[in-house]
Amino acid sequence: MLLRRELTYLFLKEIRLELKQRYVLNGILLYLVSTVFVTYLAFTGTITSETWNSLFWIILLFVAVNGISKSFIQENPARHLYYYTIASAEAIVLSKIFYNLLLMAILSVLALLFFVLLMGNMIQNPLLFLTALILGSLGLSSVLTMIAAIASRASNNFSLMAILSFPIVLPLLMTLMKVSGSALNSYSWSGSIPLIAILLIINVAVIMLAFLLFPYLWRD
Amino acid sequence: MIKTYWWKILSLLLLLYAVTYGFYVSIPETMILQTMRNLFYHVGMWFGMFTMLTVSFIYSLRYLKGFDETNDRVAVEAVNVGLLFGFLGIFTGMIWANFTWGSPWVKDPKLNGAAVGLVIYLAYIILRSSVEDRHKRAKVSAVYNIFAFVLWIIFVLILPRLAGDSLHPATGDNSTPVMPMQLDPSMRTVFYPAMIGWILLGTWILQIRIRMSRLKEILEEH
Repeated sequence: MLLRRELTYLFLKEIRLELKQRYVLNGILLYLVSTVFVTYLAFTGTITSETWNSLFWIILLFVAVNGISKSFIQENPARHLYYYTIASAEAIVLSKIFYNLLLMAILSVLALLFFVLLMGNMIQNPLLFLTALILGSLGLSSVLTMIAAIASRASNNFSLMAILSFPIVLPLLMTLMKVSGSALNSYSWSGSIPLIAILLIINVAVIMLAFLLFPYLWRD
Repeated sequence: MIKTYWWKILSLLLLLYAVTYGFYVSIPETMILQTMRNLFYHVGMWFGMFTMLTVSFIYSLRYLKGFDETNDRVAVEAVNVGLLFGFLGIFTGMIWANFTWGSPWVKDPKLNGAAVGLVIYLAYIILRSSVEDRHKRAKVSAVYNIFAFVLWIIFVLILPRLAGDSLHPATGDNSTPVMPMQLDPSMRTVFYPAMIGWILLGTWILQIRIRMSRLKEILEEH
């Protein structure tokens, strides 16, 4: 159907654009490496799993906000008008969400690898942690893409995006931290099942809301 | 004539009743002694804030449907009144918490939910102030309002239930009977009227603010 074709085309367009210029990707990778390195230098001796957990997600949050804010701010208004005439708003927002999901997935795996390399591996239940990573990437990407769309319509600067996104991302982040915290501490899945359900609900709700609300933003 | 403002007089009477009789009614013997009476005021603030933010959400939806300026005005003024109730609620809660738990703030899902709600709607006000064009401002803030409200509801209503234990009453399995269903009958005689009184007061303040904002706009145009 038309939406799926539009979606794949737009999604591939985003990837192609990014690979051609690599501006965002390189910047974010460097940002990731330097923040992990700073945390490594800041802690002498061993750290508790709680600290490990919180540091990881805070770094991932900042990397996400930085990376995803560029997705709307990069393109100039003339190109926006061009997109408006040829593609439906739903396809555009979904393609951006999926592109950012891909970006976040890659970044979070890289962040995990680098973090484990420098700060030690405290994960006891890798599959649960990976589930948290995937759900987190999807959640962060969809919420932040929507907030970036809202902020780009407003004053288009980075601080507004940060102000808008932090309180909304908070419930998602707290749930993610709980799930990954239990992945660090124990091997069992039992306590985390309701939390994973909440994460799925949040993800579905956010994507549906983005799908319904984005056309109103796009029309200008 | 009295048909238009009977509810304002009702709110005044209900709140007068709550404020005076609230200190006379007999309350059950609990560990927190007389501060239990704060229930009539602190929980009232919470209900007021919740109602106002729900009104704002509904009017944001209505704005997106027809792009009528009035709906946007109601939405933003409702957020203002909701923030007022929110701050008062947190303030009364802090006083109460200091007595009950020893410190004004503890790490608890319900408290976090209230704080996050305040930050979300303060960000809403900042978002509005950063857009110049009136129509764009209304559209952008309506979209943000809807998005943020849904996520806030998830945060406030669902997370604490699943996070399990907490100090704050009415979360998980807590033995203090605070929710109206478990409330002591003698306290119920003040609790319900007080809730209605606070919500009516909030609506009154909302109406005045809407009128003020409309008048300000008319003044600026001349």
